[in-house]
Amino acid sequence: MDKRKNKMSEWPRHRMQALWALLTNSYLIGFAQGKIYKGKLKNLCVPGMNCYSCPAAVGSCPIGSLQAVIGSWNFKFAFYVAGLLVFIGALIGRFVCGWLCPFGLIQDLLHKIPFPKKIKTFRGDKLLRKLKYVILVVFVILMPLFLVDILGQGAPYFCKLICPVGTLEGGLPLVLLNKSMRSTIGWLYAWKNVVLAVTIFLSILIYRPFCKYICPLGAIYSVFNPISVFHYRVDESLCTHCGACAKVCKMQIDPSKTPNHPECIRCGQCKKVCAAGALSSGCLRKGDY
Amino acid sequence: MRRRLSSMRWCGVGAAVLGLAMMGFGLYRGELPVVFTKAVNICLECIGIG
Repeated sequence: MDKRKNKMSEWPRHRMQALWALLTNSYLIGFAQGKIYKGKLKNLCVPGMNCYSCPAAVGSCPIGSLQAVIGSWNFKFAFYVAGLLVFIGALIGRFVCGWLCPFGLIQDLLHKIPFPKKIKTFRGDKLLRKLKYVILVVFVILMPLFLVDILGQGAPYFCKLICPVGTLEGGLPLVLLNKSMRSTIGWLYAWKNVVLAVTIFLSILIYRPFCKYICPLGAIYSVFNPISVFHYRVDESLCTHCGACAKVCKMQIDPSKTPNHPECIRCGQCKKVCAAGALSSGCLRKGDY
Repeated sequence: MRRRLSSMRWCGVGAAVLGLAMMGFGLYRGELPVVFTKAVNICLECIGIG
């Protein structure tokens, strides 16, 4: 029983998530100084949701950067950032969500907090998952592109109006550490803290609500899940159709039917639970599909 | 089915190459300074002030 429990433990993945979060947020002195890192590494985007205004962040947020370039007066499409996301998505898909996203880790840990009634799914769950695509198109692409000032510059509307990651990683520490910033906070700051509080509360109830319903980065990577080079596979000759993989999946998909479903974050729990060893993962292999 | 899925993997390789090409083009036309400038200044919108 203990052996099985150890096998199903998610802590090896959480350790990897924590290690990556630390690596991409290694400018820890920023928290003491109330300042952000300004070095050359910020030319690079990290693969997961990680606000570049987090005092410890050493890389750029891909969604923030995407909006910055789309909303700039001289560029109306972000080839560099979009290309990076296409490249990462095509190689590993939503593996990023499961293993390399700091906000994914935070939600994973929040969901471990005991609560009398955890919600696995609900009416309208599937439909609500399409919301992240709407958010991607409207708030990340169209609004910065068309809602511009007299200089032709658009604001990063997703960051401004929705993103709870910026509030948690950047807003809270910077406002707490800077007296001048404290004097400038207003309704927008209050609104973003409400969004963050709701996200935190929902994360205790529902597994990764931000990833499922809101995250535009997950929406981009999800498009590549079915074709990504790193992928999951089912050996039909071994699968007993017991349903254990579907039962253990916290993203509510059935890996035996669609192992590369757009919602799969490649956490690997389905592979671990499969007694027949029918599920595996890998890259391009001989006889692969 | 197997052949179709195999071709999907190669679509992934093709998309990765396309991504690299897009990155290269973005760098060539000078998008990097926009990303860098945004990243090294506190993003007031991101933190809920701007």
